[in-house]
Amino acid sequence: MCVLVVLFTTALKAQQRDTAKARELKEVSVIAPKPVREITPGQKMQGKDLSRLNSLSVADAIRFFSGLQVKDYGGIGGLKTVDVRSMGTNQTGVFYDGIQLGNAQNGQVDLGKFSLDNMQEIALYNGQKSNIFQPAKDFGSAAAIYMTSLKPNFNTGESIHLKGTIKTGSFGLFNPSLLWQQKISNKVSASFNTEWTNANGRYKFRSRKDDGYDTTMIRKNGDINALRVEGGLNGVLNGGEWSTKLYYYHSERGLPGFVANNVFRHVDRQWDRNFFVQSSFRKDITPRYSLLLNAKYADDYTRYLAPDTAALYVDNHYHQHELYFSVAQQYALTTWWNLGLSADFQWNKLNADLRDFAYPTRYTTLVAAASAVYFRRFSAQASVLATIVNETVEKKTAATPKREYTPSLFISWQPFTTPAFRLRAFYKRIFRMPTFNDLYYTDIGNSFLNPEFATQYDAGFTWTTTFSNKIEAGIETDAYYNEVTQKIIAVPTVNQFRWTMMNLGLVKIRGIDVKAKANWQINAVGVSTRLTYTFQKAQDYSDPTSGFYKDQIVYIPRHSGSAIIGTDYKKWTANYSLLYTGERYNGKDNVPENYMQPWYTSDFSIGRILQYKRLNIHLTAQVNNLFNQYYDVVLNYPMPGRNYKFIIAVNI
Amino acid sequence: MQKLLAFSIVIFIGCRKGDKIVPPVVTPVDTATITSPVNGFYLLNEGSMGTNKASLDYYDYNTGLYKKNIYPSVNPTVVKELGDVGNDIQVYGSKLYAVINVSNKVEVMDAATARRIGQIDILSCRYITFANGKAYVSSYAGPVQQDPHSPAGYVAEIDTATLQITNKVTVGYQPEEMAVVNGKLYVANSGGYSVPNYDSTVSVIDLTTFQEIKKIDVAINLNHLKADSDGDIYVTSRGDYYNIPSSLSVIDTKTDAVKKKFDIAASNLCISGDTAYIYSSIFSYLTNTWAVSYNMINVKTETLLSGNFITDGTEKTIKMPYGVAVNPVNKDIFVTDAKDYVSSGTLYCFDKTGKKKWSVTTGDVPGHFAFVLARK
Repeated sequence: MCVLVVLFTTALKAQQRDTAKARELKEVSVIAPKPVREITPGQKMQGKDLSRLNSLSVADAIRFFSGLQVKDYGGIGGLKTVDVRSMGTNQTGVFYDGIQLGNAQNGQVDLGKFSLDNMQEIALYNGQKSNIFQPAKDFGSAAAIYMTSLKPNFNTGESIHLKGTIKTGSFGLFNPSLLWQQKISNKVSASFNTEWTNANGRYKFRSRKDDGYDTTMIRKNGDINALRVEGGLNGVLNGGEWSTKLYYYHSERGLPGFVANNVFRHVDRQWDRNFFVQSSFRKDITPRYSLLLNAKYADDYTRYLAPDTAALYVDNHYHQHELYFSVAQQYALTTWWNLGLSADFQWNKLNADLRDFAYPTRYTTLVAAASAVYFRRFSAQASVLATIVNETVEKKTAATPKREYTPSLFISWQPFTTPAFRLRAFYKRIFRMPTFNDLYYTDIGNSFLNPEFATQYDAGFTWTTTFSNKIEAGIETDAYYNEVTQKIIAVPTVNQFRWTMMNLGLVKIRGIDVKAKANWQINAVGVSTRLTYTFQKAQDYSDPTSGFYKDQIVYIPRHSGSAIIGTDYKKWTANYSLLYTGERYNGKDNVPENYMQPWYTSDFSIGRILQYKRLNIHLTAQVNNLFNQYYDVVLNYPMPGRNYKFIIAVNI
Repeated sequence: MQKLLAFSIVIFIGCRKGDKIVPPVVTPVDTATITSPVNGFYLLNEGSMGTNKASLDYYDYNTGLYKKNIYPSVNPTVVKELGDVGNDIQVYGSKLYAVINVSNKVEVMDAATARRIGQIDILSCRYITFANGKAYVSSYAGPVQQDPHSPAGYVAEIDTATLQITNKVTVGYQPEEMAVVNGKLYVANSGGYSVPNYDSTVSVIDLTTFQEIKKIDVAINLNHLKADSDGDIYVTSRGDYYNIPSSLSVIDTKTDAVKKKFDIAASNLCISGDTAYIYSSIFSYLTNTWAVSYNMINVKTETLLSGNFITDGTEKTIKMPYGVAVNPVNKDIFVTDAKDYVSSGTLYCFDKTGKKKWSVTTGDVPGHFAFVLARK
């Protein structure tokens, strides 16, 4: 298992009808307004493609997208965040059922907390979703991940869907879930979904050096006990739709911590409680004028306990509140020219029982003006976002008010008569606000901070085709250049245990994303293949006098990629997936002491569908990290070796 | 007529090379001094917390070679190398002792080769000093007194022949550096975990009874503590980073009382002969600014000398001074630059007049020195 070559050949035929494109338009996300004409479609994984992976969380699935790295602290309860195109986790917005998940405290959304159990689609947009009829927030991050939950869809004569799933396997995992969808009337349906995740989180890991030490240990204190409950109503209107949703998540977990010489166990624990309620309403008021309203209230609580008195005893409680309202409008001037105007308001508050805590409140107003033109072979969208942020504090100094105007431009062009080949490009300048932790965390925060800007230039093409109606294939490639300026980084003060935040970083990123897809039908066998490749040269230009000037930034591999091959044969399914992350460095200096080996994991699963009267039973067995490769994604946070999962899902 | 276009995408996954022991980086920095009475010195790099990157460098006067990161290749079978956050290093007799704070151990090595001899497990160990065949190690993890979440510190007494802990004495909160003068051990207590109620005392331990006989009130948040040759103790206070500034106090060990306080910022110092070499890197949370300074004190006259011990302007390139040492024989001055604490540091060597002789790249967060004297 030294050299593994996956050779993927697709036969593509030119001059075919653009069926893939047409499908893209149809599969638009649930809340998303109509008519959605995305100038550059995002990377998506949905339905069957998602279920093939049999992943537990959104983070596990999104690793198969190109142009991003998942920062994974390992195990079922480990923090998993996404860094898109090396711009940093905080520059990525994460949206759930159309509304952004906020975290004003640290700006990070743990995608490990979001289950794939009830997910219909995951989509990633570089820049933004290139749609002008959307809330102002959707214009407000350098990249956006949209998670869309399963929406009831009843065939004639159906009025109820029930699905029960149990997942078990390694890590002491017991993970039952229930999905219930109920048709209330022709226009209204309800859904309810709950899931319990319980695991001791233990796994073996091995630490070794050639001609040196070689030891195998058990990862401890990685237990998790989490409950998620969500429910909602979806309705259709004449020329519109509405939805409302409640979400509750509660968890207690051990934080297994870093592994170091003589340090193999930590005792830190974390409790999370997240609640939100959100509603959305969209209607075409006139044939030309459409309106989209969104509202949300979120309440997030975290307790962090470090009970080891030999080190510093910490028991902190954080409580965040968020209120959000949005009005988005679209006006069709002509059949080919639309105007959009959206205005959002958001209120955030953070309370914490830290000494000398500032108790900050943030008021954010966003206004986005956008315009789009659509021709048969050319379309373009331009927008400008105004962001106004004001903050107040109860102690110490509040950050000064911020007012920023940030533009974006997306174009798409079909150079030949065939719609199978399109060119696209975008430019976007955006920023992320310093988080409450960046600004106000006691003894660390710096309220003098400025926003961190990201500027992106991207050009690419898409090519889709079908062959004999048996093979559908497509490839998308983008090349890009990004600059992150005034990057907010932690800098030390008087010793390495006392830090402060500063706008000191400058990163220049050059990259290439490649995505290829092909679906084949060979007699009774259906084969679906998906490949990604990512090249990133992300260099630190912060300080010309430093030893790491122009070195590759921390944890970003030059090369990474993935492959998925799924097959269906009658009632059987099989899936193979491969992830590859090339060599990278865990420190700012690209020196041997900071070198990290490449890693690649192979997952294999096999499934069988059983039909028993009205019951549809899906059994799956999966082995992950088939070749038992030990690796770290984050230094000293070892990942599991070979592990197993068994899934039984029953549909009524 | 079908026009077929075939293309292949090959994902080539190269051989996963073995994970090798990282060899030392060897840099010639100076001409060899064969007859130097100082064989060389070890430099302990702390490494950022959680990275397990505490590392050991060695400069060899006999060859003029600087070897960065020698521990893994000398001790390849030690699991996860030297450990996490090296906080102090000393040579005593034929042994080299490295206090590895987060790894909760004192690593004991052969002073000539850095080959591991053993380890002494001490939770939250901080500094080490020696007298009469015993090692004394300060630790944050002492017994609980009032606050169940904030234990007092202690000092462990260790027999350097057997490497066993032979005694313990409770001192103040979060004890840091120590020194022995006339049979008494002086311990700087910081109280850094009980902000804003810092400790402000130096504990005095009688080494014959191993009891704390006195607490001398000095200044808040004490850290470094050094003895001069006349029976005085110099101790640094870090202040509170807000309104109370850093300072340097002098304790007379005959009276065990503070006899002088210098109102200068002092992060760390090295006393060699009659001179104390002091640097400070002070940060204020009120203004979010740094102030770096270098000073000298004549410890005989207890007066501040004018000027900087770096005389050629090199101090402008030092971002974050983090360690200072003086060669006991030729009086070369060594200053480390920890920079941003998450990347490689730099070691500067100056001659006794303060002119730069050489500089070299070190491990992450270089800060602690131990000289190895030639055996007679």
